[in-house]
Amino acid sequence: MKVKVLSRNPDDYVRETKYDIQRVPRNYDPTLHPFEVCREYTQALNSTKLDRVFAKPFLASLDGHRDGVNCMAKHTSSLSTLLSGSCDGEVKVWNLTKHECVRTLQAHEGFVRGMVVRHCGTSFFTVGDDKTIKQWKMEAPGYGEEEEPLNTILGKTVFTGLDHHQKDAVFATCGQQVDIWDEQRSSPIRSFTWGVDSFSAVRFNPVETELLASCASDRSIVLYDMRESAPLKKVIMTMRSNTLCWNPMEAYHFTCSNEDYNLYTYDMRYLDRPMTVHMDHVSAVLDVDYSPTGKEFVSASFDKTVRIFPKENGHSREVYHTKRMQHVICVKWSADNKYILSGSDEMNIRLWKANASEKLGVLAPREKQASNYSQKLKEKFQHHPQIRRIARHRHLPKNIFHESKELRIMKEARRRKERNVRKHSKPGAVPVVSEKEKHVVTVVK
Amino acid sequence: EGEEEEEEVYDNDENITSEEEEEEDERKHQKLLEAISSLGAKRKKTLGERSEAAVQMSEFTVTAEGERDRVDLSDLIGSMEKTPGVTSRTKKQLKNLQKDNKTIESPLSRQETDRIQRDVAFQKAATEVTKWKGVIKQNQRAEQLIFPLNREPSGPKPIERVVTSWKAHTPLEEEILLPALQKARALQSYYEAKARRARKIKSKAYHKVHNKAKRKEFLKRSMRLELNKIEMARMQERMSLKHQNSGKWAKSKVIMGKYDLVARKAMQQQLEVNKDLTQKIVTSLNAEEEEEEEEGGDAEVLPDFVNDAEQAVDPSNPWMRGKLSEDPTEKDMIVDLTAEEEVKEPEEEVLLREFDERRKQRQAQEAEAQITVEEEDDDEEEEEEDKAADEEEAELSVFTSLFREKAEAAADVTDTSAQLEEGLTRIRTLEDVELLSVPQEEAAADEAPLPPPPAENPPPVPQKREAAKPKKRKRAIELKEVLTKEPKVIQVPLAPTVEDAEDADEPLDQRGLIKEAFAGDDVVADFLKDKRKQEDAGKPKVVDLTLPGWGEWGGTGLKPSRSKRRRFRTKAVPPPPRKDQRLPSVIISENRNSAVRLHQVNSLPFPFQNHSQFESTIRSPLGRTWNTERTVKKNIKPKVVTQMGAIIEPMAREELLKDKRPAAGRGGRGGRGGRGGRGGRGGRGGRGVDSQRRHIRDKRAEK
Repeated sequence: MKVKVLSRNPDDYVRETKYDIQRVPRNYDPTLHPFEVCREYTQALNSTKLDRVFAKPFLASLDGHRDGVNCMAKHTSSLSTLLSGSCDGEVKVWNLTKHECVRTLQAHEGFVRGMVVRHCGTSFFTVGDDKTIKQWKMEAPGYGEEEEPLNTILGKTVFTGLDHHQKDAVFATCGQQVDIWDEQRSSPIRSFTWGVDSFSAVRFNPVETELLASCASDRSIVLYDMRESAPLKKVIMTMRSNTLCWNPMEAYHFTCSNEDYNLYTYDMRYLDRPMTVHMDHVSAVLDVDYSPTGKEFVSASFDKTVRIFPKENGHSREVYHTKRMQHVICVKWSADNKYILSGSDEMNIRLWKANASEKLGVLAPREKQASNYSQKLKEKFQHHPQIRRIARHRHLPKNIFHESKELRIMKEARRRKERNVRKHSKPGAVPVVSEKEKHVVTVVK
Repeated sequence: EGEEEEEEVYDNDENITSEEEEEEDERKHQKLLEAISSLGAKRKKTLGERSEAAVQMSEFTVTAEGERDRVDLSDLIGSMEKTPGVTSRTKKQLKNLQKDNKTIESPLSRQETDRIQRDVAFQKAATEVTKWKGVIKQNQRAEQLIFPLNREPSGPKPIERVVTSWKAHTPLEEEILLPALQKARALQSYYEAKARRARKIKSKAYHKVHNKAKRKEFLKRSMRLELNKIEMARMQERMSLKHQNSGKWAKSKVIMGKYDLVARKAMQQQLEVNKDLTQKIVTSLNAEEEEEEEEGGDAEVLPDFVNDAEQAVDPSNPWMRGKLSEDPTEKDMIVDLTAEEEVKEPEEEVLLREFDERRKQRQAQEAEAQITVEEEDDDEEEEEEDKAADEEEAELSVFTSLFREKAEAAADVTDTSAQLEEGLTRIRTLEDVELLSVPQEEAAADEAPLPPPPAENPPPVPQKREAAKPKKRKRAIELKEVLTKEPKVIQVPLAPTVEDAEDADEPLDQRGLIKEAFAGDDVVADFLKDKRKQEDAGKPKVVDLTLPGWGEWGGTGLKPSRSKRRRFRTKAVPPPPRKDQRLPSVIISENRNSAVRLHQVNSLPFPFQNHSQFESTIRSPLGRTWNTERTVKKNIKPKVVTQMGAIIEPMAREELLKDKRPAAGRGGRGGRGGRGGRGGRGGRGGRGVDSQRRHIRDKRAEK
């Protein structure tokens, strides 16, 4: 009797070498895999939950300063090196991988106001309350050598800020006026004044390297071109801006941190109205720094929190705080886009992950694919209420929570009042002013 | 006249020099007078006097002494008329000036000039910055950005690039680097020179020596030795199965050959090598003799199937069986081997002898058949002429046709390979037993002791019989055609055969079983009832709000009037038709499910413009359960990729230059990725969420 048996061509299922991937026959017929939306939704929900479970952003705290940390500087070529200056004039160099201080030097008497590493990474500059600009070598002095600056410039007034040019041997300081210095000279090669008495910050544009911007105490932000003899333009806002940061990937965008609890992202060509108003802080914003990819920025506030904003969003995607962290004075985003560093009043520098739930270290290919897939799923279903609720849920300190609630109520009350006034006055007499336009007083040419 | 004037001027000069002292006295005198006058009356504003060349000159310090001595333009022009060298054009211009009483506008204030300067500078900076717009837009739209943007390819770099890429940042570095570079360059040139020399040496003396040696060797070797070598190779080749495509490698190539042209070529090359090596070279008598001797020695050849041990893994699998027969070259070789060699082994000899005998027999039979066929043909022709049919003759014709077939088949068989031949001759003998006469039976008896046929080949005897049957029938039909009388058609009710009844019973039983099992419940009726209930529940109800007694007489048995009833009866608007109205076997519930609502999106999210867009994004699945591998990879590509430990520098000016070049260069960084997968939902997954959203954003931007 002939028995018919199932037989397959071995070509269909035998791999040619043992290094080949086993072929797994799959049938993509949709009827065999029903409920695709429901299943993916469940996966998205689960991964959102896991995201929250694994969100442990705090990595380390670097202690050693004997006064509040007033400024920090990233090393330009070494990711593991960080410099910090405190309110007692001390500068510390940190090794971030070992979480330890590798060098301490008494740079100034009084505050260290500003600090910047030269583009080559071999030396750095500091300015302080003692009216001096000092240049220091990056390497620690050898045995028996004294800790001495390479160069010291004595200025006429106090310097409050400092930034270095991206490529040339030129740096800028601010104080009573904005000065451009050549590294080789002891007097500024150019000084800019425009009817204001003091500046709080100055920053070079990292892309269009000859441009710079500064925040002044008369509530203005002033733009300069290093090659011109006069400033370019200034915008006066309702309250003072503390610092600003240029987007490192987009030449004409910058963000400033303001005393009115908000951050404003401007296009430097159209200063009459900010592109985005970033709200969420409940106290003055003291510092801001862009991620090196130019997609997000981090802000430090007097309300003892650090927040991360996507550059085009009005609200933050993440808030970091700890029980012991006081007013955060300075903040930096590491050059590899993975970490955030914050320096605060209570003498500590804290190291955070930029993505709270990201797994650091080497990922296996399958792991990477799985995380990419879950990321995309979260993106796909982000508008669904349950997923949004979980993804947006953050625990906040009580005072901040109540403060933000109060601010919300106040804002709502103001809006209601304005609406009522408009209702009871002649049509067109009370114009509608958008949130973006509200905070700009004028643009001075 | 001119000379006279000059003289006058000189006179004046002299006067000035002589009058200097007097003038000074006058000035002092005047000052004194002024001082005296100022003592009494109001103070007169004193104007500063210019005594030496100052760096800064103020408009306020210029003195305008002697208002009356002011020089007028007309005075100057007057003298101009007299001078001959001045052109008429200049004169005209001057006259026009005299007529014109307008004053030049005063210069702008410093604040205003500053503002203009600032504005111009700002415009310049703004245009410069706007150059980046293209790059920024492109990066915003890119499906994937990999940071750092200007990554260098990994792997070793050529030394020249490494050397040139060193850059000294400080003077100290320069000091160190310069000699180092010089040294590196010197070393490089030295090594280059050395290499060149070495090559040169090889090309001359080395080759000369070698050629000489080779020639000597060649001379040393005799023709015989050479031939011996070739013979040896031939022997070895014949002994081994090295190039016969029967080894492991060759088999793998056979499989690969379906997909790979290179593998196929490799196989052919193998065979060619075999052919070359086994070819006999006829040179001299001596060589031939040797060859013969050798042949006698090396004749021991393993049968081919020894190498095919693996093939017997699964004899029932036709795919596996097919392998060997697919390779015609191999089979040819086997045939060649058997044909060429005079096999010494007794079994094979016997076999061969049998082959020969059979061949001879066949030839004899064919010859006979030919003769008989011709005879029968003649008979048939006669029959046709007679138009009379006998059963005997019919049988005979059948037989002849069959015989002819046989003969043809035999002829075919001789053409095909030897292996098949065996089986077919045997079959014929079996038939002969049935059909043919005694002497042929004898022949069959001779062949009977042959080994039995392989089990795989079914005995084709019944087939042959079947083939014979229709011939008979055909003849019968022809006979019937001759009959003029039509057959009577009797209608008989179809009675199921025994077999059919058996087949039909089973489903009946099944149905019966089901009926038995679900005897109590009438599912269809229940369903219909249920549906009607749902329909009724969905229908709007008439609300009757009439109250007896209001505005009318009340009491038992009294009904409210019709007008009142009409007034207070409210009829709701009929709802839209149910979705399952035309689907008799379906109930579609249109009620809202509050549990599901918790998970549903309330309003249209931001980047989407209408509901269908959003729904289509949600509907297309991303995972690998629904998509091909390639599509999945494309779907889950993250928007921003950064590398841990890699410093991301700010956008460099080179990006701007890159952007100016044709866009093809930048495609790699944006969305590369081929088209989506082939099967199933590949196409659907192809347009990912991101791309769609981006598309929407772009559209908005256009608006």
